[in-house]
Amino acid sequence: MLQIRCPWCGDRDEVEFGYGGQAGVPYPPDPDALSDADWADYVFVRDNPRGRFAERWVHSAGCRRWFDAVRDTVTHEFEERS
Amino acid sequence: MRLPSGGRIDRAAPLRFTVDGVVHTGFRGDTLASALLGAGVLQVGASPYLGRPRGIVAAGVEEPNALVQLGPEPMVPATTVELVDGLAAETLSGRGKLLEPNTREYDKKYVHCDVLVVGAGPAGLAAALAAGRSGARVILADEDTEPGGSLLSVRDTPEWLGRVTGELATLDETRILTRATVFGYYDHNYLTIAERRPGGGRLWHVRAGHVVLATGAHERPLVFADNDRPGVMLAGAVRTYLNRYAVLTGRRAVVCTTNDSAYATALDLLASGVDVLVADTRAEPAEAAERIRAAGGEVRVGTAVVGTEGSPEVSAALLSDGETVHCDLIAVSGGWNPAVHLHSQAGGTLRYDETLAAYVPDRSRQANASVGSASGDLDPNEPLWTIPAPNGEWDTHFVDLQRDATVADVLRATGTGMRSAEHVKRYTTIGTGLDQGKTAGVTTLGVIAAALGSTPGPTTYRPPYTPVPFALLAGRDRGALHDPARVTPLHDWHVEHEALFEDVGQWKRAWYYPKTGESMTDAVLRECRAAREGVAAMDASTLGKIELVGPDTGEFLNRMYTNAFAKLKVGSARYGMLCKADGMVFDDGVVLRLAEDRYLATTTTGNAAAVLDWFEEWLQTEWPDLRVRCTSVTEQWATIAVVGPGSRAVVTDLAPDVDLEFMTFTDTRLANGVPARIARISFSGELAYEINVASWYGLSTWEAVMAHGVTPYGTETMHVLRAEKGYPIVGQDTDGTVTPIDLGMEWIVSKRKPFVGSRSLRRPDTVRPDRKHLVGLLPLDPTDLLPEGAQLVAHDVALTPPVPMLGHVTSSYRSAALGRTFALALVKGGRDRLGQVVHAPLGDRVVPATIVEPVLYDPEGTRRDG
Repeated sequence: MLQIRCPWCGDRDEVEFGYGGQAGVPYPPDPDALSDADWADYVFVRDNPRGRFAERWVHSAGCRRWFDAVRDTVTHEFEERS
Repeated sequence: MRLPSGGRIDRAAPLRFTVDGVVHTGFRGDTLASALLGAGVLQVGASPYLGRPRGIVAAGVEEPNALVQLGPEPMVPATTVELVDGLAAETLSGRGKLLEPNTREYDKKYVHCDVLVVGAGPAGLAAALAAGRSGARVILADEDTEPGGSLLSVRDTPEWLGRVTGELATLDETRILTRATVFGYYDHNYLTIAERRPGGGRLWHVRAGHVVLATGAHERPLVFADNDRPGVMLAGAVRTYLNRYAVLTGRRAVVCTTNDSAYATALDLLASGVDVLVADTRAEPAEAAERIRAAGGEVRVGTAVVGTEGSPEVSAALLSDGETVHCDLIAVSGGWNPAVHLHSQAGGTLRYDETLAAYVPDRSRQANASVGSASGDLDPNEPLWTIPAPNGEWDTHFVDLQRDATVADVLRATGTGMRSAEHVKRYTTIGTGLDQGKTAGVTTLGVIAAALGSTPGPTTYRPPYTPVPFALLAGRDRGALHDPARVTPLHDWHVEHEALFEDVGQWKRAWYYPKTGESMTDAVLRECRAAREGVAAMDASTLGKIELVGPDTGEFLNRMYTNAFAKLKVGSARYGMLCKADGMVFDDGVVLRLAEDRYLATTTTGNAAAVLDWFEEWLQTEWPDLRVRCTSVTEQWATIAVVGPGSRAVVTDLAPDVDLEFMTFTDTRLANGVPARIARISFSGELAYEINVASWYGLSTWEAVMAHGVTPYGTETMHVLRAEKGYPIVGQDTDGTVTPIDLGMEWIVSKRKPFVGSRSLRRPDTVRPDRKHLVGLLPLDPTDLLPEGAQLVAHDVALTPPVPMLGHVTSSYRSAALGRTFALALVKGGRDRLGQVVHAPLGDRVVPATIVEPVLYDPEGTRRDG
């Protein structure tokens, strides 16, 4: 059971959160301008690193806000936000 | 045999108990195992596979043999059972029985603390005291009935123990949990504790700032021929039984050891008048050898036990020097394994310590520290993984008593080329018993290393440390409390009218309303007929309802839905479909425009929360510039669908001013003054209305509808009616691999605006002509009902694997309107196969069916306006 720091609510148990996968993958401004391969890359392909990973979380059972956090996928340690 | 004095038992409190129906007496302070030994009972259930006689070996959780059934609880080590008056146990041979019902009470507790100390032996007590004195919030948890750990097993318990527990009791922020086993160590210092309580237990969830692991060490047995004979016990356990429980486990003892620790056992036995011979496998004995000899005992160095005799309990030990020594107890010590389980569960690494011949904690991954014996603070040990028998055989050298596995089994594994401990474990099943190899694990690694001429390989530990009853994990989350049940404002009416219910998500939905003597088929056909020929009503309150407010709501809905909503007129409603970015159907529902800047989106019952989350995600993470706010109003409204050619008369009577075009709505008042939102929406093809009122007016409004002789219908009829019209149900006729085009709904996919998923509908994969299309199916025999999920194959294909599959049945019903059965199905290139016959092989028979257009009832749409 991870303990996750919601930027608005503070430290809460993992059960209160939803997971949103890799952070920093914006919706393309003009999907129609993309090739099939580039669009498929957006829809289906995500990083899966061993170690540092910027990812999205949503405090579903709390303030319901989305936020980004950096987690080490080996140790599960979250980096402190500066 | 019980000594006349001594021990920590309460001789003033004799307790009667039975094992396998035989009555015995013990004392308060006993475990079931110590009471049995005190009553002269050494043997327990025979070994599980070989049926060999077995006896009590240990005095704690590591006990491999003495498993008992305790009421509903199977496979409990007798060494961990606190004796109570009237206790009744049955011995087991390797397998227990899960008896129902388990009436014990289990509960949960969630706490935070600054320091969690695991284990209340000397190291844990010292740690808890230091932390407690600092004012920190401390939990000290120990699996035993009282604090003290190894101090409870020494001849004279030091006065220090009483002083420390006394001071700890005065610290307001320090809590001592006894009978409390810390069994799981998870991420971010989250630990779980199983606390045994009278008549049940309590599961503690602890988030700790720091964790001190003072979990002690487990003694290892020695591996010689016939080492499983009753009367072969761990030396430390012999000492515990003697000093803590005043139980003598033998009169003539051979103590065989690879380290100094067993000398303490030998000295305590000598002090109790036992004849003792110490067989020390090392070249040099312990310093205590002199005291042994002075007390009348014998010490032989470089000597090991190589075999045992007895029938079946031990009557002699065979020594490596050739002598046979008569004895009734063989106390063994093969060294000590620090109890590194929790350290390892927490992600900490282990290091093999050559001096101890054991694994010790290396690096911690979380905020924890191991102290005392758990950290490897132990006497040196000279390992002797296996002791050969004079005859050279290895098939009675038991490594894992619980799995009846021997050195011969390990050698068979390594002989086939296995090197990894994990492979050997799977091949031999060593370490897979209830004790999870507490006595066998490291010994097995040593045996493998000895066989391969290598050093023992590493190992990791997973929760739980000791077995945990599922009933404890479940706690009160059983039966009705397992999952919340959501009911509509009309629920009680449905119950009173003997509706059967189906679960949709957490909702209880009325399924159908059988009249006396009616089967489900009868009831559903009757309800369908009422909706098509007269008037019927359904409780649709469970549909998800999301109010979206803000000047950009129209634009937002345009981006989310496959069709357009920005130009929808106020007062109008439109059916809409949502796709995920991959272009697959996610949800559908009708959207009403309540005002310029206000819409009400309805969702399927099961997806209400998911759609709200989906909207929020896009608004927050991609389009924070859009001024839109979403609010769930599902439970604020009761929704009544009034369906059928007679529905207009009913609605007009309830709300005389209402005269609605199809797909419009009005906010009005019913004749009785109740504010209502009435919409003309149809999910059946018939003239139909939806009456929405505030939830607290739901029941009275429903009763007002029913007063018009309206037939109530449930979800099953709703499903039949919509299927007759070819309307798909998301999640039944779709499964996350179906696009709107696959459903034959090109008309709902806007070509003029992009929406989430629109780009995916032009991917090469989504424009394949052989994608599965939603089609209708008519079995050639109009009484044959296809099972939902049935696979479909070409009519001319041989039914010998591999059979090419064309698709499967997604919905299948009997239709009152059609007078026959019908189905919906997803079929490869289905729209190009109209008129073809496919086969549904059902094991014992094959059902042929014709592929048809999915809209089977009123394809012209003439019934919509009544």
